[in-house]
Amino acid sequence: MTAYFLQRLIQSIAVLLAVSVVVFFAVYGIGDPIELLVPPQASAAERLALIKRLGLDQPVWHQYFTFLGNALSGNLGTSFVHGVPVVSLILGRLPATLELVLLSMITAAVVSVPLGLYAGLNPDSRPARFIMAGTVIGFSLPSFWKGMMLVLLFSVWLGWLPTAGRGETVAFLGLQTSLFTWDGLEHLILPTLNLAIPNTVLMVRLIAAGASEATTQDYVKFARAKGIPRRRIVNRHILRNILIPVVTVVGIEFGSLVAFSTITETVFSWPGMGKLLIDSIYQLDRPVVVAYVMLTTLLFVGVNLIVDVLYAALDPRVKLSGGMT
Amino acid sequence: MTGLLDVRGLRTVFHAPEGAWAAVDGVDLTIGRGEVLCLVGESGSGKSVTGFSIVRLIDPPGEIVEGEILFDGADLRRASQEDLRALRGNRIAMVFQDPLSTLNPVLTIGEQMAEAITAHRSCSKAQITEESVRALARVGIPSPEVRLRQYPHEFSGGMRQRVAIAIALLNSPDLIIADEPTTALDVTIQSQILYEVQKLARETGTAILWITHDLAIVAELADRVAVMYAGQIVESGPADDVLDRPRHPYTLGLLKSSTGTVQPGERLHQIDGNAPRIDARPSGCPFRTRCDRVVAVCAEVYPARQQAGEQIFRCHNPVTSASVTSGEDLP
Amino acid sequence: MSKPGLPVPSIPASADTPLRRRVLKAIRNRPTMRGAAVLLGVLVLLALLAPFIAPQNPYDLASLNMMDNRLPPGAAAMGGATYWLGTDAQGRDMVSAILYGLRTSLLVGLLSTGGAMLIGITAGLFAAQIGGAVDALIMRIVDFMLGFPSILVALVLLASVGRGIDKVILAIIVVQWAQYARLMRASALVERRKEYIEAAVNFGLPTRHIMLAHLLPNSVGAVLVVSTISVASAITLEATLSFLGVGVPVTQPSLGLLIANGFEYLLSGEYWIAVFPGIALVLLIVSLNFVGDRLRRSFNVRAST
Repeated sequence: MTAYFLQRLIQSIAVLLAVSVVVFFAVYGIGDPIELLVPPQASAAERLALIKRLGLDQPVWHQYFTFLGNALSGNLGTSFVHGVPVVSLILGRLPATLELVLLSMITAAVVSVPLGLYAGLNPDSRPARFIMAGTVIGFSLPSFWKGMMLVLLFSVWLGWLPTAGRGETVAFLGLQTSLFTWDGLEHLILPTLNLAIPNTVLMVRLIAAGASEATTQDYVKFARAKGIPRRRIVNRHILRNILIPVVTVVGIEFGSLVAFSTITETVFSWPGMGKLLIDSIYQLDRPVVVAYVMLTTLLFVGVNLIVDVLYAALDPRVKLSGGMT
Repeated sequence: MTGLLDVRGLRTVFHAPEGAWAAVDGVDLTIGRGEVLCLVGESGSGKSVTGFSIVRLIDPPGEIVEGEILFDGADLRRASQEDLRALRGNRIAMVFQDPLSTLNPVLTIGEQMAEAITAHRSCSKAQITEESVRALARVGIPSPEVRLRQYPHEFSGGMRQRVAIAIALLNSPDLIIADEPTTALDVTIQSQILYEVQKLARETGTAILWITHDLAIVAELADRVAVMYAGQIVESGPADDVLDRPRHPYTLGLLKSSTGTVQPGERLHQIDGNAPRIDARPSGCPFRTRCDRVVAVCAEVYPARQQAGEQIFRCHNPVTSASVTSGEDLP
Repeated sequence: MSKPGLPVPSIPASADTPLRRRVLKAIRNRPTMRGAAVLLGVLVLLALLAPFIAPQNPYDLASLNMMDNRLPPGAAAMGGATYWLGTDAQGRDMVSAILYGLRTSLLVGLLSTGGAMLIGITAGLFAAQIGGAVDALIMRIVDFMLGFPSILVALVLLASVGRGIDKVILAIIVVQWAQYARLMRASALVERRKEYIEAAVNFGLPTRHIMLAHLLPNSVGAVLVVSTISVASAITLEATLSFLGVGVPVTQPSLGLLIANGFEYLLSGEYWIAVFPGIALVLLIVSLNFVGDRLRRSFNVRAST
């Protein structure tokens, strides 16, 4: 157990290091770092001072270690646009994104388990075919277009829901959330739905495939031969086996949800990390982009670790040993 | 004769886009209380489908289309799904062929035993554990209390099959249908399990339908035997009679190709050709394309049921007792 | 199988249909599948013929009439023609813009998929053939690449190199080659274990010859089958990047950029500027996915992503 965690920890650190090298060379190596890091409106004297302060007159490897050292102490630079440390800027936007991402994940799970099970257990029925065809379409619709169509339908034409923004928030456990005000919830519905659709589709397909495969397995037939009620066979024997790949995928998809939240946040002007990233790209606010990449990498690595532990908890065949990759 | 189980004219088909193919094509079977019947045949002969048809565990595209399955006087073909569920694992238990895949890999042995009990009667937790421990001990699994908390992957194949047999015994069924339960195991474990099953059946008075392709098992285990070919029972009767004086050329062929009957240095007999595919069965007698006793009428007429003593067979040109011992029928 | 020459009664002729005919039949018997294939053909044809059939050259600013801006579908132009799908903020005919946008989207999708396949196949083939440290290195890079959502990698990449058709294609290649490399390596490894390759190795044929003449043609099938779906995801990716403002340049709008341009007018009810290019994009992607999904299932290739 300890050996496994140690190994995974070393792997995670290796990934983070690799990302830091790639990002460093992407931002500092390609092109002129002075051009990238010094605000264009700075005067000549300010430029010189900044170059000196940022250590841009030092050799490249020296610069990298300075960057790394700063990053390790939680200093990834200061935003040109906002004039505040980028780490705190991004972390300030984190609750809004997490709210969206977590709510979408829950929505996807709640919707996809019954749909997927139904489609997998009755593969030849008409509703099942309908569900499966729906997944191909849901999977095909680009996220941004889906979001726009939701706005067009529910906000512009029907006028039921607000078009954009986060609405009224209240503090809960020290974090601002829109979950406890009616206005906040109204604003949450469409972005959550939009972000949840691709994951729902993916999970429906996974669960349906898993369920239809499980029904042909001997252990399900054996359970039937034991006289186990159908309800229990589905809930305990089939679902339990399907959960393993589903949890893994949900974990992996957490990363893409954070990534896709950039699109959803852009469409719905949701003030999260993703919107910040896009705005920073427009405004050439490079330190924010760099910090965003480093922080999301940290997030992915952490989530992957959690998924591995969950996976081992769900599947008795997997032992958390150094041998697993 | 009516027994515990009386199958009459059972016909189970599998639907394909091109039509329906009969995997089981008019099978009659009778098992008395406490009796061991071996159902013998090559793979694809329909013997497993027969076993699953009895408890109606036939899924689409399969369908039972004809016949009666009288269990203790009641026709299971008319039973409701809930009646069937209450019957399965309770009065008729099953053991499957591959012990590696019959147990759910993500549930403990204890849970898989407990659910088999609670599906049929309400029971206290302590009593469930006690019964499970007893069942595991009975099939020869050491330290059963510890084993209950373990998962299937922590057991060897032979041990898993013992667990499956223990589960089958939990509710003291009247009948156990065992679908080639020892085929996937190696020979020493196979004979241990055979010995124990025989002992248990005798102790508890449980009848057994043992499906196998191995005549050595039949010789060891069976009270009576039914030989199946291309979805039909071609010969049946008391095990001693059928093994000593087979009347159907197919039974004779199986006997000759069984390792138990061959002397060292002698060449193992092989029945020519393969069993006909389900969608390409010959007319008349289905065995005629591989039979060395084939006569003109075989292609025309499906052979009628004949009886000699307690032995029943379907053949136009049955084997005589002399030909078995002299070996004149060897090709 | 029954022996030849024996009478075999009551066997329908279709019992022994060859696989290929069964697949074709399965496709023919599926109306959705046939519809998707026809639709895809029509869209590709429209994209190819855009310069000849478009009522207007949307890139030619001289032919645009600013007075005709944001006209609803079916409105009459100043010059007397009809704008069947309306006009955008520059007075551009949406039909023409969509036809040319389709061209750009397909071009980016095909070129980037082609590039990603080329690199991925090469990397996967080398990894499988050489093995050892080379294999380990390539696969570590592949794992690393696949560990990050492609949209994010492409976004950050384009954020540092700027927009442009060539740059978008490059970014998509960067994020897509790894999945081909993994798939190619997997199927090449299966192929390498077969006896004819062993025979060729024992025969002393040069490695290069074995790779190009035996390994490549026999294991590239899976990659080709998956490529249809990859074109769809490349097109989606390009559209998304263009929507986010880091994709194709405004001078050569793809469907994604047309949708982005219409976004601000959507809220005021001028839906057609965003909706019609969106429908074209969705039809393109859905038809590609339907065809690709069926191909993949017919050939039983598991998607690697």
